Amino acid sequence: MASKKQREILFDPLFENNPITVQVLGICSALAVTVKLMPALVMALSVMVVLGFSNVIVSLMRNYIPMRIRIIVQLVVIASLVILVDLFLKAFSYDVSKQLSVFVGLIITNCIVMGRLEAFAMDNKPWASFLDGIGNGAGYGLILIIVAFFRELLGSGTLFNIKVIPDWLYEHGYLNNGMMLMPAMALITVGVIIWVQRSFMPQLTEKE
Amino acid sequence: MELINIFIKSIFIENMIFAFFLGMCSYLAVSKKVNTSMGLGLAVIFVLGITVPINFLLNKYLLQPGALKWLHPSLENIDLSFLTFIMFIAVIASMVQLVEMFVERFAPALYASLGIFLPLIAVNCAILGGSLFMQQKGFTELSEAVVYGLGSGVGWLLAIVFLAAIREKISYSNVPAPLRGLGIAFIITGLMAIGFLAFMGIDI
Amino acid sequence: MKLDRNSNAYTYIFTVILVTVVGVILTAAFSFFKPYHEKNIKQEKMSDLMYVIGLNKDALQDAAESQGLSLSYELIEQYFKQYFVRQIAVNEKGDEVSGVDVFNLNLKAEMKKPAGDQVYPLFIAEKDGKKYYVIPLYGKGLWDDIWGYVALGEDLRTIVGIKFDHKAETPGLGAEITTEWFENRFVGETLFDEQGNFTGIDLVKNLENTADKTDHKVDAISGSTLTSNGVEEMINERVRHYEAYFKKIKK
Repeated sequence: MASKKQREILFDPLFENNPITVQVLGICSALAVTVKLMPALVMALSVMVVLGFSNVIVSLMRNYIPMRIRIIVQLVVIASLVILVDLFLKAFSYDVSKQLSVFVGLIITNCIVMGRLEAFAMDNKPWASFLDGIGNGAGYGLILIIVAFFRELLGSGTLFNIKVIPDWLYEHGYLNNGMMLMPAMALITVGVIIWVQRSFMPQLTEKE
Repeated sequence: MELINIFIKSIFIENMIFAFFLGMCSYLAVSKKVNTSMGLGLAVIFVLGITVPINFLLNKYLLQPGALKWLHPSLENIDLSFLTFIMFIAVIASMVQLVEMFVERFAPALYASLGIFLPLIAVNCAILGGSLFMQQKGFTELSEAVVYGLGSGVGWLLAIVFLAAIREKISYSNVPAPLRGLGIAFIITGLMAIGFLAFMGIDI
Repeated sequence: MKLDRNSNAYTYIFTVILVTVVGVILTAAFSFFKPYHEKNIKQEKMSDLMYVIGLNKDALQDAAESQGLSLSYELIEQYFKQYFVRQIAVNEKGDEVSGVDVFNLNLKAEMKKPAGDQVYPLFIAEKDGKKYYVIPLYGKGLWDDIWGYVALGEDLRTIVGIKFDHKAETPGLGAEITTEWFENRFVGETLFDEQGNFTGIDLVKNLENTADKTDHKVDAISGSTLTSNGVEEMINERVRHYEAYFKKIKK
């Protein structure tokens, strides 16, 4: 049975301490892959894997890493994991890897990964670090999926490439909102998500 | 002229922030004041302007398929491109380390106000993104890489200074509480990105 | 004697060990995954080539099922070899060039050579007693590269099948070049006249008479002028080089 502390580590990043909407990390590539749900989902899973395992590896090494090369060592761990994920996708999920192309590489500089390594894995035990990584990955994934949901639904009329908006709506003049496919709208969508989240969680609102 | 084309494109049409959304983390966190934004922007230009050309040379003579043939013709079939991420990151991390030391020594006030965001340039998506896009574009000349790196940096600086200027002004407006700060920053950035769409497709 | 974690010696040893371990793991992973990746690329190429001669994924699936087999890489390769009887390379003057690995030819690299030095790959297929000539395409879209295949019928003029793909065109706009409705706009149009002279094709905005297949005009995608221009440029640039060869074999 997981302890209360462990449950906190795992679930806080979903809302209270969401990496994107609260910690302001990991926004970069998040917005670009949320045009459709499929790549968003794959990206979210890839980030979860990398976050979880890099946290564990660095946590295991934490008492052996020389301070002077700390950042470089962290980056090497992250980069190696990302390369492995990329190789895996190209071999076994080729269609999706084509869509993700350069952004898989950008998981390396996804501030969440580095951020959690510094803030958590360097000072905590492996299992807790793993949970922290998975939790933050899930929080990141949650926002990705919400944004991708709206962008794909409103922008393409599909969800996971399956048409959901019925034909009769189109015949009555409904058009896909092409703007939603543009990254700009992704930013505005996240802004709205933050608005909604803070309305329900006033403790997150910034002071004047 | 091709170089000017690349330069202008990388500032306006392929702007790191508004077209690709790279470098958002520090962008949103540091853009509260115009002065700090300027400082960070200049640091980014410097890092991009140096790492993109260095990575270009690395890519050309070491990483891309067949790159090693200058060393010995028999090495032509070696493909080291899977080491790209690690090598690029190593170059960037070292560069940022140098920049940090430089800023600490010659501009201590800026160093203090940037705080943790100076070393975080190492993981600024825009920096690695610049090198990765450079690799994708398949430049053949070093000068193209230099111009692309500098242009990308300038584009990033413009974006962050614009946002900072707007955020300074918006503190006088009546923004609803849950939207204050981060939320409105996202929306402003989104609106600015829509504005930048006007530049898309311009060919010089 | 315990080494201090922050001493120089320790740092060097640590670095060496780390680099070695990482190097070994990555190289091993690369050797392991590479064959699968290359297979995927090959499979995609063969599937695309079969697609433009009228054998899409469903057709291949049906064929496999009727034989009681599942559609594996080996089966796709078998079908490919069955239909694509010849792969040749020609030059600007219309002569066949031997000794070229046509299937694995890197079109992007080939195109960097001056036109006189280039070889142009051609895939010849036979299906249901008819011949098809498939030309690989490569060009520049708005953001990045675009590519594809165009299949001409036995008259060496009419487009019977076409496929496009891209790296980074705008989703919902330029990226729509991969859709069937866009491809269908090309099917039936001609790229050469009856004498075998190259006519090419024009992507036009708001084409009035889209049903007319003799006007060498194709309706472009609204809102993606530049990708459409890229497609037009790509088709015209690539196909014109085959004029000499086609004239030769027509005789």
